[in-house]
Amino acid sequence: MQVLYFAWVRQKVGVGAEEVSPPPEVADVAGLVRWLSARSPGHAAAFANAGAIRAAVNQEFAASDHRLSPGDEVAFFPPVTGG
Amino acid sequence: MRTPRVRVQEATFDLAAESAALTAGREDVGAVASFVGLCRADDGLAALVLEHYPGMTERAIAGIAAEACARWPLTGCTVIHRVGRLGPGEPIVLVLTASSHRAAALESCAFLIDWLKTSAPFWKREEFADGRGERWVEAKAEDDAAASRWMARDAGSVAA
Repeated sequence: MQVLYFAWVRQKVGVGAEEVSPPPEVADVAGLVRWLSARSPGHAAAFANAGAIRAAVNQEFAASDHRLSPGDEVAFFPPVTGG
Repeated sequence: MRTPRVRVQEATFDLAAESAALTAGREDVGAVASFVGLCRADDGLAALVLEHYPGMTERAIAGIAAEACARWPLTGCTVIHRVGRLGPGEPIVLVLTASSHRAAALESCAFLIDWLKTSAPFWKREEFADGRGERWVEAKAEDDAAASRWMARDAGSVAA
């Protein structure tokens, strides 16, 4: 599973992308957030306030209960500020 | 209706050339509306650095443009959004809409920029020259409100 990070989420995690293989019990976006948070202090800092982070699965905005599959591309980022 | 032209690029854009491209070779366009967003030098800002999500950003903008075309009778539309480091006064985003009549062009242009601000994955970082470093721009509640007014106004829009 490819995980991407943008903006200050990327800065806190320390990388822009990583390939991960979460265990089968990681079933949805919220579960992935909990699992990623345990990977490093940077991950923990990035996800400390999960309510401030948005997610996309396969390049579509996704809610925290969105179900995940092994080949998914999952991205985490702050609320968008373009325009 | 031509396919919406969507570009995400570091380079600047030419409003006149993009506008001309929307009307070239056709006589059914009665109105072209434009919005250009610029980098303001608020609070000692030295530069804005814009980041995007390659792939998703283009898809999201194309989806928003398709929604505009479904709601209003457009003959064409163009969205160009810049990324990278932009100094005060530089253009950031261009939205152009063309239609036979002005209401569709003006309303769809406002819709597109409102939705771009809340639904397209871009992030702005502010850099300051005076040693204050940098900070990420936070999403604003008024931008969400501006985008949501297009939900409530559906029944009254010219697309109805």
